[in-house]
Amino acid sequence: MGRLNVNLCGIELDNPVIPASGTFGYGYEYAELYDINCLGTFSFKGTTKDPRFGNPTPRIAECTAGMINAVGLQNPGVENVISQELPKLKQCFHKPVMANVSGFSVEDYAYTCEQLDKEEQVGWLEVNVSCPNVHGGGMSFGTDPKAAAEVTAAVRKVTKKPLLIKLSPNVTDIVSIAKACEDAGADGISLINTMLGMRIDLRTKKPIIANKMGGFSGSAIFPVAVRMVYQVANAVKVPVVGMGGVTTAEDVVEMMLAGATAVEVGAANLINPYACRDIIADLPRVMDAYGINTLSEIIGGAK
Amino acid sequence: MKQGFFEIVENRPLTDSVYKMVLRGDTGAITAPGQFVNILLNGLYLRRPISVCDVSGDLLTIIYKVVGKGTAQMAAMKSGTLDILTGLGNGYDLTVSGEKPVLLGGGVGVPPMYMLCRELIGQGKQVRVVLGFNTKSEVFYEEEFKKLGAEVTVTTVDGSYGMKGFVTDALKTMDYTYFYTCGPEPMLKAVYKTSVTSGQMSFEKRMGCGFGACMGCSCKTITGYKRICKEGPVMRKEEILWED
Repeated sequence: MGRLNVNLCGIELDNPVIPASGTFGYGYEYAELYDINCLGTFSFKGTTKDPRFGNPTPRIAECTAGMINAVGLQNPGVENVISQELPKLKQCFHKPVMANVSGFSVEDYAYTCEQLDKEEQVGWLEVNVSCPNVHGGGMSFGTDPKAAAEVTAAVRKVTKKPLLIKLSPNVTDIVSIAKACEDAGADGISLINTMLGMRIDLRTKKPIIANKMGGFSGSAIFPVAVRMVYQVANAVKVPVVGMGGVTTAEDVVEMMLAGATAVEVGAANLINPYACRDIIADLPRVMDAYGINTLSEIIGGAK
Repeated sequence: MKQGFFEIVENRPLTDSVYKMVLRGDTGAITAPGQFVNILLNGLYLRRPISVCDVSGDLLTIIYKVVGKGTAQMAAMKSGTLDILTGLGNGYDLTVSGEKPVLLGGGVGVPPMYMLCRELIGQGKQVRVVLGFNTKSEVFYEEEFKKLGAEVTVTTVDGSYGMKGFVTDALKTMDYTYFYTCGPEPMLKAVYKTSVTSGQMSFEKRMGCGFGACMGCSCKTITGYKRICKEGPVMRKEEILWED
């Protein structure tokens, strides 16, 4: 066991750093730049039952210390993901990978998870009940404890793989939703997805993003993410995967102190494609600086 | 794609709002004219994608128009080092140009035509260039294209310099084997309709990452969904689906 190792739902990770879904594709764009096997794992692009083009463009708006996206779950659909993308992923990444799943009905979620459950390289299923960019889609499941539990229970029936439910911060009581998912059979909770945001162009006097609103991410949302990870980690027994604005090795340590067993890095990858590699390389220095021997011992250390 | 640090060698205005910046660094990842670079700037979250005007050894030339905070920051730089991702996008395919290609650049769509022109002339092609601007004060790089050995026509919308009209007015009078173009979307549409041969055009869209990860700049084409930053920005005329 190295200093950076953590155990996420029974699977050992070399380190807790995980590129977040939607910022890392299926890995191969980044594999052109560095050996992505240095990662703990990564969560691949959100997969739905059917192929999706997503939202009209513009899909991106810049903010102070962050960005808004309204991609709208563009992906080739689970069948193509399995036949086209996973074989390419396998060429450049040799560890268990996290499959991120979205849906528009309980049946959709269950179907997609059932297909991905058969894939040997899929280590965890991360079920997104929190996409803010799809009308009538994921987020309606993630804003209500009953609906979130219903999705969790349906997916639980089709997989024995570790099941993480990815939650939205755009709710009044994140703890009740996390607990409902835990009670329905989730093996872990991932949070936070992006925060609903909006920008308006002063020249055109119209929203910058075609979809008008989108998901706000980047370092600006980090304090909100730390707070929510702390609240949920103190309320559930299952592991929590913390994310939201993580940019540095210090952020990873802080997120783990808040209660995260592993930490996802999202928007930072889009600005510095080496972000995750750099964070992993920097972790031992930061641990030394703060007198931390192993990362696994600091999880939830901030009481 | 490669990340590198580039030193600013030169940064000067060509017109009231268009600047030329020459940078020194590792240009090895830039493989074709029509590619772009993505520049990290202080205090701004997203990188700024800018087309490559030319590459010569370890020198990279970009020409940019000041349109917002990022380009204003760039224009104010006298020296320093920039974190730049290079070798982004597909670039133009030169192998299909025929003997007499025409290159049409509109406004800040002019810069990528320069490296393309230089390389086509290097291959012995007879290159015609049409540079389109709104008015005389916006005109830049006419002499530079002439020095490469191209036959250059400048058009201005108000007729204050060169031929009065749009690049397509010049295109109508020409005999050519293929076209290459870059400029604002209405111009691309006009070239699409006016051109009598096959060709390639470069598109612009708001991007997140610029290297294919975020799906922020997707578009629909006849051959399927493409990312402007990865499978583009250059599209072949035959694959373009206009959105409206």
